[in-house]
Amino acid sequence: MIHTESLTRTFRVGRETVEAVRGIDLDVAEGELVAFLGPNGAGKSTTLRMLTSLLPPTSGSARVAGVDVTEHPAEVRRRIGYIGQKDGAGHNYRVWDELLMQGRFYGMGKAEAKAAAESLLATLDLTGLRMRKVSSLSGGQKRRLDIALGLIHGPRLLFLDEPSTGMDPQNRANLWEHILRIREERGSTIVLTTHYLDEADALAERVVIIDHGRIIADDTAEALKRKQAGDRLTVVIRPEQAAGARALLATEGSEPAEKPDADGLALSVRVEAASHAMPGVLERLRAAGVDVIAASARQPTLDDVFLNLTGRSLREGES
Amino acid sequence: MVAISLPAPPRTGLLADVGHVWWRETLTIVRDPFSLIFSLLQPLVFLGLFGPLLAGVAGGTAAFGGSSLQWFLPGVVVMITMFGTSMTGANLQFEIMTGAFERILATPLSRSSLMIGRALKELTPLVVQAAVITLVAIPFGFVLYPLHVVVGLVLLGVFGVGIGALSYALAIAARKTEWIFWAVQQSLLFPLLILSGMMLPLETGPGWMQVVSKFNPLTYVVDAERVLFAGGIADTTVLWGFVAAILTAVVGLGVGIRAIRRATI
Repeated sequence: MIHTESLTRTFRVGRETVEAVRGIDLDVAEGELVAFLGPNGAGKSTTLRMLTSLLPPTSGSARVAGVDVTEHPAEVRRRIGYIGQKDGAGHNYRVWDELLMQGRFYGMGKAEAKAAAESLLATLDLTGLRMRKVSSLSGGQKRRLDIALGLIHGPRLLFLDEPSTGMDPQNRANLWEHILRIREERGSTIVLTTHYLDEADALAERVVIIDHGRIIADDTAEALKRKQAGDRLTVVIRPEQAAGARALLATEGSEPAEKPDADGLALSVRVEAASHAMPGVLERLRAAGVDVIAASARQPTLDDVFLNLTGRSLREGES
Repeated sequence: MVAISLPAPPRTGLLADVGHVWWRETLTIVRDPFSLIFSLLQPLVFLGLFGPLLAGVAGGTAAFGGSSLQWFLPGVVVMITMFGTSMTGANLQFEIMTGAFERILATPLSRSSLMIGRALKELTPLVVQAAVITLVAIPFGFVLYPLHVVVGLVLLGVFGVGIGALSYALAIAARKTEWIFWAVQQSLLFPLLILSGMMLPLETGPGWMQVVSKFNPLTYVVDAERVLFAGGIADTTVLWGFVAAILTAVVGLGVGIRAIRRATI
């Protein structure tokens, strides 16, 4: 569905040349739901804009839905749906008019566009709002209308740029419910960008982590967490028993990391399936004469993956 | 990897694209017709207050080759065309800011249809405005040549597409600093209007103004409109008016399309 080779985009900012995307190689198969995850300014949106033909690449190539984005940008646009970061619907227009005209822009006949608009209004809970001016809609309603605009012509490949940025958790959940239902009904391929860790973790079947214009990891969320971060087991002990505990924990997993704790000293090791390993480890520590004050097992997040890969936290960019 | 080629919706032509863009823009008037009613007032006020003053300028009606109304009315029609089409970019700037323009750019619409459709929308009220001020002027001595007026509106349509496209390009260039659009638009609009002889005859002005006006395409459009509104048609002035309008449209569309292709909205 998507194939890129060394896709690159640079911008001139004053006298400087900024490399926003640096040679991205990517393949997306039909039916996949892929999330581009990365901090603000990582190059996610620039990549998406090149794939949707809104921005010509500086070098490299991309084929989207079987069409080269540089040679036939209009043909690419005919085959895809795009939902940008900002409000797609014109504020001075009526909901119904915008939907109908969007269908007409894609060459749909009047009757066909009307039928598609009716169906999407019902699917996205917008039926009662058809004659409302877009400027009078709430943020969540506007976003659902954007989704409807992106889907009116029934594209099988859909791009979403930061679809839920700025929405409250309830509206985000509602939006995703709609997107996933539509995907299930139509079997669409979806590529989205996000800097919300939970969004990428819960929804995407494949997470492509982008940083400084490069893909630094590409796998399922589970595999990324397993390979790049792993579960962590933490025990809090008395500082004077640290030597014995340290030696034993090193045999259980990785070299333990130490951090002072209000109750003593916290030792943390990377182990497989930490919650299952914990009872055995605690028993062996007790047998070795180490008094465990507290213990916890934690599954990694995508932020741990990003931290492990870059030394920085993604949460810094989360709002 | 296996190359997948998705079925695409039917291809649309330029004319259909222009029609769709024009209709979407026109829907703002259809859904809110009061804006059109108020837009009719401005040319009427201009005609009613400025017209009588012209009748009293040095040389009297002789300076206008007869009736001052016959001379001034086509100028007002050109003026409302210039005001309308030169502001095409302002609406666009708003849609760039909100995100609607990016959504439309992601559709298969041809880039030139975006500009032509928007400029034609600005010309749509012009037809109604021109009809109203012409009918109002008849009791005051204006002689109507309907066919010639229609040709005059076609000429303004071509010219307006060019000005609209240039305004569009300006809006894209000034998309990050809104006031620059207005500063440039206002700085160019009034000199162009004055140096076209639209408001007052240039024949009585200083020599340098007459020379500069020869390089202003609007001068040829205004002259052609005056000939047409006075009932003339097989006249080289009309021909030069069309040449100026077509050149403006070609240059405007060229600059506008280039601006869209180079812009990173």
